[in-house]
Amino acid sequence: MPADKGGNGAQSGIGAAVRRKEDFRFITGAGRYTDDITLPGQSYAYFLRSPYAHAQIAAIDIAAAEASPGVVAVFTGKDVAADGLGGLICGWMIHSKDGSEMRTGAHPVLALDRVRYVGDHVAVVIAESLAEAKAGAELIDVDYEEYDAVVGVEAALAENAPQLHDEVPGNLCFAWELGDKAATEAAFDRAARRVTLTFANNRLIPNAMEPRAAIGDYDRGTGDYTLYTTSQNPHVARLVLSAFVGVAPEHKLRVIAPDVGGGFGSKIFIYAEETVCVWAAAKLRRPVKWTAERNESFLSDAHGRDHVSHAELALDADGRMLGLRVHTRANLGAYLSTFASSVPTYLYGTLLSGQYDIPAIYVEVDGVFTHTAPVDAYRGAGRPEATYLVERIVETAARELDMDPVEFRRRNFIREFPHQTPVIMNYDIGDYDASLNEACRLVDYAGFADRRAASEARGRKRGIGFSAYIEACGIAPSQAVGSLGAGVGLWESAEVRVNPTGSVEVLTGSHSHGQGHETTFAQLVSDQLGIPIENVEVVHGDTDKVQFGMGTYGSRSGAVGMSAIQLALDKVIAKGRRIAAHLLEAGEEDITFDGGSFQVAGTDRAVPFADLALQAYTGHGFPTNEIEPGLKESAFYDPVNFTFPAGCHIAEVEIDPETGVTHIENFVAVDDFGTIINPMIVAGQVHGGVAQGIGQAMLENCAYDPESGQLLSGSFMDYCMPRADDLPEFVVGMTETPCTTNPLGIKGCGEAGAIGAPAAIVNAVTDALGIRDIAMPVTPERVWRAINS
Amino acid sequence: MPTVTMTVNGKQRSAEAETRTLLVSFLREQLGLTGTHVGCDTSQCGACVVHVDGVAVKSCTLLAVQADGAEVTTIEGLAKGRELHPIQAAFKEHHGLQCGFCTPGMIMTAVDMLRRIPEPDEPTIRAELEGNFCRCTGYHNIVKAIKAASEAM
Repeated sequence: MPADKGGNGAQSGIGAAVRRKEDFRFITGAGRYTDDITLPGQSYAYFLRSPYAHAQIAAIDIAAAEASPGVVAVFTGKDVAADGLGGLICGWMIHSKDGSEMRTGAHPVLALDRVRYVGDHVAVVIAESLAEAKAGAELIDVDYEEYDAVVGVEAALAENAPQLHDEVPGNLCFAWELGDKAATEAAFDRAARRVTLTFANNRLIPNAMEPRAAIGDYDRGTGDYTLYTTSQNPHVARLVLSAFVGVAPEHKLRVIAPDVGGGFGSKIFIYAEETVCVWAAAKLRRPVKWTAERNESFLSDAHGRDHVSHAELALDADGRMLGLRVHTRANLGAYLSTFASSVPTYLYGTLLSGQYDIPAIYVEVDGVFTHTAPVDAYRGAGRPEATYLVERIVETAARELDMDPVEFRRRNFIREFPHQTPVIMNYDIGDYDASLNEACRLVDYAGFADRRAASEARGRKRGIGFSAYIEACGIAPSQAVGSLGAGVGLWESAEVRVNPTGSVEVLTGSHSHGQGHETTFAQLVSDQLGIPIENVEVVHGDTDKVQFGMGTYGSRSGAVGMSAIQLALDKVIAKGRRIAAHLLEAGEEDITFDGGSFQVAGTDRAVPFADLALQAYTGHGFPTNEIEPGLKESAFYDPVNFTFPAGCHIAEVEIDPETGVTHIENFVAVDDFGTIINPMIVAGQVHGGVAQGIGQAMLENCAYDPESGQLLSGSFMDYCMPRADDLPEFVVGMTETPCTTNPLGIKGCGEAGAIGAPAAIVNAVTDALGIRDIAMPVTPERVWRAINS
Repeated sequence: MPTVTMTVNGKQRSAEAETRTLLVSFLREQLGLTGTHVGCDTSQCGACVVHVDGVAVKSCTLLAVQADGAEVTTIEGLAKGRELHPIQAAFKEHHGLQCGFCTPGMIMTAVDMLRRIPEPDEPTIRAELEGNFCRCTGYHNIVKAIKAASEAM
């Protein structure tokens, strides 16, 4: 943080629980989401989707659909190909352990001759109304030749398994490795004890409450394209649609992501539907709108997780970790989604050291194609899978050593920083004892034995489970991720525009879809410039307004996005000081900036920020041949390292053995997110993340029929979303070791809940039942069967 | 096409609607009241809750023609100008929303809840929210907001 700052601290600055600026429009029904927008002459798109998991398309007859009332046009993959559009892309190249590039087939916007999952896009019908588009789609006659399908990784890798892509023999996209194999083998050779576990990390469907939507528009006078869409990263969408898919030139395409109703990763990616809307709008010379129905979200939003892993932990005679060996098979779905290949590799294998000093780690990951919807980043993206694996095997090891799980963790914690793990990451700072101790205090670990006895006296089974997670946010530096295969840089941009009246607009490449950036980013500006938060406007989500930016995912907006704003603010203050030196007739080195005022040190001569802003624009009081008029600065911030949020989650559960129902008695989350801008918003992020983590552990599961490849959990009646009465009141605590590698010390808080919670729940349930393992989600049926088997 | 007439947020509104038009579509598309949201297609999520003759209903479960002649209140009709309803104010004060998409339905459900149960305890609030999904907040602050509103009212 710069030495000089405005110091608007207590009420609205850094650390204050400022109520959100964006709330008024949402609580009064005045939010503006994509589906709320209606353009003149708008038409409606409906996508005909494959009813089969795997089939050859022999022919598509669209004549009857084209003649159907209200239908404007019917397009198939041939029309898209005829216009020369490219396919959808994956932006991260993974190399297999033999050095070869990952293998993948084409991902056409609309299917050409083959469909590869239930919900794959076959055709689009565009009509005057949605009802007419749907009626038209009913009349499309597709001649399918159905083939066998595979939905699980084991089946897909089996000999003679049905093949997804001709270019991918054996359905193996990549066979990746990380770590020192020989050193890890040596560690196992000298181990006094080995602990092994084999388990799945269940597949999830993100289910942001706002379904995906898009409106394409085309101005035939100017040749400008506009796409309104539910995106977490509108600039990246524009780049992909222009440079790779080739829908429109980048400078002629405007992407607007207005209010977006949650993303959790699922709105990072560039999908077929928005591509078709903007392409068809230009073809038809009228706006084309598509809004997903929830069943389409289930079928075609990128799913999350879906690993099968075998893990082995080597320990010495004193219970110290010597090595970790992991083999994971990751389900990628039918096609590689935008960042799919990075999730089970560099966002997963690199986190397998957890909070522990493990001298040797070796991980192999096989990325496997199956006849299911594409799998990509979902809240946590790789880190929940890593944490679940590490914390499940750590808890299991403690039990097999007959050690207290808290003591076992303490024995193996990393305590010296920076710490280089065997899997790329260099942790800059942390205090894992602090978060563990605070979590134990909040849950009253000392009183657990009594509570367990009381439960037993009532015929109930009580258990406690720990999860000391670590994650990595703010993926960077760009050069480093480029060397690992990333197709983009992962910096962020900001522009701070001071207006002549002293009010400020902040243009950020981050995107807010629930995170509260309009408040927290304004808090930073208010704090640094010493101006009222009401005078700060945060502008995001429109490529015509905002400079190129990378968007919001991976808990990066605070650590990277706000760092960029800080750099721009530093430049504003530096320029303000130069101008103030002239206005106050003093040396620049004598000008301080504090409390919203530039001042000559040691005197009462000062110029308030707003007055200086006006002077900057009149240019009357300083030589404009030396200092340009105006007060507007921009910055691109590229982090020098990842940030490493960490913490400890503890779940305490009570199980009714008669019914198998698990009740969460306590859930404590203690997190170290570094510097906190707004504790109210940070706690809200923890609540939501934990709810999704508990959802994974106890309720949610995406299931495909292994024979037909049909999605069995295709609606809210079949996919168990967490409801209010499924969840407890959460206890949230904080510890703080500011990140050492960015200007504000922020680590990131958006995903920690979803990362930490699942292992805590499953550790608690297995503790209560006295069993080694149980599959997620731990439904009453699974618990009842475990008790009665 | 039949003409449907109803009193919406205190004003009489008429528009043509196909008989198959759902109330939520009528409100959003015919009347332009886009504060009421559609989050699912199985009447599970509750993003579309409005009040029909003073009672909370999921407006995706009702045809517009069934609401002919009814008094309908949507999220747009809850505040008096800039003066928020106590439940709206409590959602803001207690950070009971993040992305805001489920919020209109949550608030309309909460208004109906407190009309029927003026002083609900926390388990009651959670049980009453059974028909409303939120993916952002884990419900923690929504429950707090409704509790606080019940105390303030």
